[in-house]
Amino acid sequence: MIDLQIIQDNLPAFLDGARVTILLLLASAAAGLSLSLPLAVARVSANPYLSRPVFLFTYVLRGTPLLVQLFMVYFGLAQFDMVRESSLWPLLREPWFCAWIAFTLNTAAYTTEMLAGALRATPAGEVEAARSLGMTGFDIYTRILIPGAVRRALPQYGNELVMLMHATSIASAVTLVEITRVARDVHANTLLAVEAFGTAALFYLALTLCITGLFRLLERRLLRHLARPAGAS
Amino acid sequence: MEIKLQADNIAKRYGSIDVLHDVSLQARAGDVIALIGASGSGKSTLLRCLNLLERPHAGCLTVAGERLALTPDRTGELTAADPTQLRRLRARLSMVFQQFNLWGHMTVLRNVIEAPIRVNGLSKAEAIERAEHYLARVGVLHRRDAYPAHLSGGEQQRVAIARALAMEPDVMLFDEPTSALDPELVGEVLRVMRGLAEEGRTMVVVTHEMAFARDVGSQLVFLHKGRIEEQGTPADLMSNPQSDRLRTFLASSLHRAGHA
Repeated sequence: MIDLQIIQDNLPAFLDGARVTILLLLASAAAGLSLSLPLAVARVSANPYLSRPVFLFTYVLRGTPLLVQLFMVYFGLAQFDMVRESSLWPLLREPWFCAWIAFTLNTAAYTTEMLAGALRATPAGEVEAARSLGMTGFDIYTRILIPGAVRRALPQYGNELVMLMHATSIASAVTLVEITRVARDVHANTLLAVEAFGTAALFYLALTLCITGLFRLLERRLLRHLARPAGAS
Repeated sequence: MEIKLQADNIAKRYGSIDVLHDVSLQARAGDVIALIGASGSGKSTLLRCLNLLERPHAGCLTVAGERLALTPDRTGELTAADPTQLRRLRARLSMVFQQFNLWGHMTVLRNVIEAPIRVNGLSKAEAIERAEHYLARVGVLHRRDAYPAHLSGGEQQRVAIARALAMEPDVMLFDEPTSALDPELVGEVLRVMRGLAEEGRTMVVVTHEMAFARDVGSQLVFLHKGRIEEQGTPADLMSNPQSDRLRTFLASSLHRAGHA
């Protein structure tokens, strides 16, 4: 039988863990998204000095496991005296900060490629029309290309956030007490795997439902121009 | 009459293939120049050279008395020496495209006010007033809050015409504006264009609609393999074509028109 009492007793710990998961998710997603927009613009640039380094960045970050990246930041950086003596060391020795850096760079890499693809998918005619009316390159990016690309990438970005949220469980490997770590502690203490990991799974599922629900609302609002008009056959 | 647009000795090639040889064109205020010719004759390329969407290899462009400063790039194509001047002149030569090219994520109204605000520096209120005027003029004001994908092709093209009109340009360029439309929608767009011509707007129109070219054009330019083969008033050219090529072209287009 499932021991509901164990779940109830550990609910405060799970809620604390959920708070860490959510904070890590929001902080990494916000920083990653802010990074990825300029990176995506550079990635589709005709200038190889802009596009190549970004390609290298996304290739390396998407071509290596997140866990390895996290270990590189958390354990790897500490190996260098320069890092330990730098003014950033008080931050860089914090697991929280390292996890945030690793998750930010990782989601930035995936989001950059996603946005770059959406930028490339802009119908050439929309850009030509803007040029033919005398709009500046800056206006073309900020008014035509980016608003269109962000909308096109929206459903995919919703998936990226769900994946990122699931990936935060890896932060337990550098001592952060998020949902998965709480579940492992509960399991270690009680040896009740279904209660421990089942509760964690339900928390993740609830968070996933929140994200997908939010994106459904966003899509309804921002992708109106693609929806079938009411009354059309 | 004031010369609105002058193109002199335009030449263009793709790789080693010459698509325009030494073509010159002059539009005075109120002229409606119809560019006709078989596909591949270079008429769309010529039109797109007029606002530098295509870069010619040689030639000279003058818009409302202002000569566009051109300079060759590494590949030998001419580009604007001063991007600010190019944008200013482009804003006076607004273009209507075969595929409408409306901005999909913006409403009809937003499509029409965008460039007047960004390029001409109008306030939003002024731009909306102007946009409503031109949307009413082309008969799609009731669709102002719709998105392009929810409009018929004819409505989209009329919105695109309103977008071009809202720039209050010196010359309007039309690149086969009815070629992507279902046959039953061609009429509504041609009616709007006839109205614009009657208002005295200066227009350069690449078209396959020979009846439109005949009735509305003040000048007909027949291109063949990148050269102007014949040019003159529609009445002269159509009743008395000098070259075999124009004769053949007219016969085949009238034949097609007869079946349409």
